Amino acid sequence: MSDIVLKTENLTKRYGGVHALEGANFELRKGEHVAIMGDNGAGKSTFVRQITAVEQRTSGQIWFDGKEVNFAGPIEARTAGIETVFQNLALADDLDVPSNLFLGREKVLFNLGPFSILDRKYMRKATEAALIRTAVKIPNLSNTIRHMSGGQRQCVAIARTATFASKLIIMDEPTAALGVQETAQVENIIRTLKDNGEPLILISHNMRQVFDLCDRIVVFRRGRIVANLRKQDTDGQDIVSYITGAKTGEAELAA
Amino acid sequence: MAQTSHGVGGLSYDAKKRAWPAEFNVFLALVILVVVFELIGRIFLGDSFLFNTRSDVSGIFNEARLQIIILQVSIVGIIAIGVTQVIICGGIDLSSGSIVGATAMIAMSFAQVATVNGNPNPKAMFLAQGWTDLPVIVPVLVAIGCGLLAGLVNGSLIAYTRIPPFIATLGMMVTARGIAKWWSKGQPISFPTDSFAAIGKGLMPVIIFLSLAVLFQLIMTYTRYGKHCYAIGSNEDAARMSGIKIANHKILVYVIAGVLAALAAVVLSSKNLTAQSGMGVMYELDAIAMAVIGGVSLSGGRGSIVGTVIGSLIFGVIISGFTFLRLDAYYQEMVKGVIIVGAVVLDQWRQRLRALRA
Repeated sequence: MSDIVLKTENLTKRYGGVHALEGANFELRKGEHVAIMGDNGAGKSTFVRQITAVEQRTSGQIWFDGKEVNFAGPIEARTAGIETVFQNLALADDLDVPSNLFLGREKVLFNLGPFSILDRKYMRKATEAALIRTAVKIPNLSNTIRHMSGGQRQCVAIARTATFASKLIIMDEPTAALGVQETAQVENIIRTLKDNGEPLILISHNMRQVFDLCDRIVVFRRGRIVANLRKQDTDGQDIVSYITGAKTGEAELAA
Repeated sequence: MAQTSHGVGGLSYDAKKRAWPAEFNVFLALVILVVVFELIGRIFLGDSFLFNTRSDVSGIFNEARLQIIILQVSIVGIIAIGVTQVIICGGIDLSSGSIVGATAMIAMSFAQVATVNGNPNPKAMFLAQGWTDLPVIVPVLVAIGCGLLAGLVNGSLIAYTRIPPFIATLGMMVTARGIAKWWSKGQPISFPTDSFAAIGKGLMPVIIFLSLAVLFQLIMTYTRYGKHCYAIGSNEDAARMSGIKIANHKILVYVIAGVLAALAAVVLSSKNLTAQSGMGVMYELDAIAMAVIGGVSLSGGRGSIVGTVIGSLIFGVIISGFTFLRLDAYYQEMVKGVIIVGAVVLDQWRQRLRALRA
């Protein structure tokens, strides 16, 4: 039990009459990288939004880091150690890299409320360390994010989640808008995270990526988890049939 | 040899090629403007704009003109410091001119003397209550209170009702002007104490303006408040998701803008030795213009107090240059409008160019 980082039981979310998520039972162990796959509207993002408390679940329970949790909002979830890389990045374009990494949790020299003096040297050093740890390549940290490529921005966003020694990282389609080289760069970071033993949930449509990077694949269909397979027990063909509904998976789950 | 500086992941950049700060362009514009006025003066008027040409006055520069340039912009400049923060944070403040009017009236009422030439002060608001000849701190605190209250209303409206800043501060603009008129039933309030009059005497407005500019430039660069201003103006959703308390921050920004407008009112009424309900009309637009000319982006997230200070100097040079060329004040107004629109168009072009290059 103790090596389980995240566990959900009967997690359910309804928007009015729409059952976006139905009775999701999910487990994530220490150091494990799990992929979540499924068609558009299958409930992947809804699932993540319940865990990160961007939305409040209709019913069900969540355990995180050994305790049952009821986060009131995303900031509480983040304080507890769940870091999310959002599809829309959540970076401030006009700030440089250290400022973005430390956005909302700036390190200060003296505490004077809002007028606290920032410890810029420390933040720059810590940023360099974090970027080296995640193997991110950025020529000039003092440049604003606006001047960077999509891949570099995504790398900064990911480095931010990795900087704060989080207990769980969730990425929602981190390479959806990136080119080939940039995708490779982001995937390298994810491998580095794996080597560092950081648990991760990756939402992706990219079959090759999922088989490259993850230990386990969970398939969502119409708001339900229809498959939960170890990488070595399955192949792309198999996963596609679960995603499309050619295979229902109820037999396996019941067994 | 190119001087290189290290980045991370084995990459480096050419430190010499690093883009110069945006303020440098604004400063360049200021220099060019001065040179243009100097050349026009030399060629058509046989007089110098910048340099001292009189033999009975010492000094290389025309110090009287330089003083006028900075003195006439320093009061609106104080407002512009606050407006700059509001714009960087992604908002706009149209109420500052009216806050100047209302605050000047109210503060001046607490700064009046009891007797003028041995007779009771005919303009005193609170003669009956005996609230005359008060220490200078009283009207100053009253002013700060007024600015704080106005800013609090602005900020709370914007943060909690989510109406656009344009509308919220437009409401305050009309309301505060109404308060200014109601306070004295259209009569000016005059005869301040000597200590109150000292605040705006001589070059004091310039000293106050520049000290505040330095203070807020440091705050914007080195404190959490400044960092969050840029973050909110640049991507409000990202700032919210990063855990910044947007509502509190916005209220604080508008409160600071209100207090700075109130301080401008103190300096202005002290300098003029009187307060009238029409004081500060259009100051909000002049302040916004100074910020925009100084490179503060109306879409938020970019700009600096230093830029606004240079922008205010450009403003001052234009006004004083027109006077130097003996052109009517009407032309000044017209050209001011052109310059404001021009600065915004330039900013748009700059952004589009940058987007193309990226």
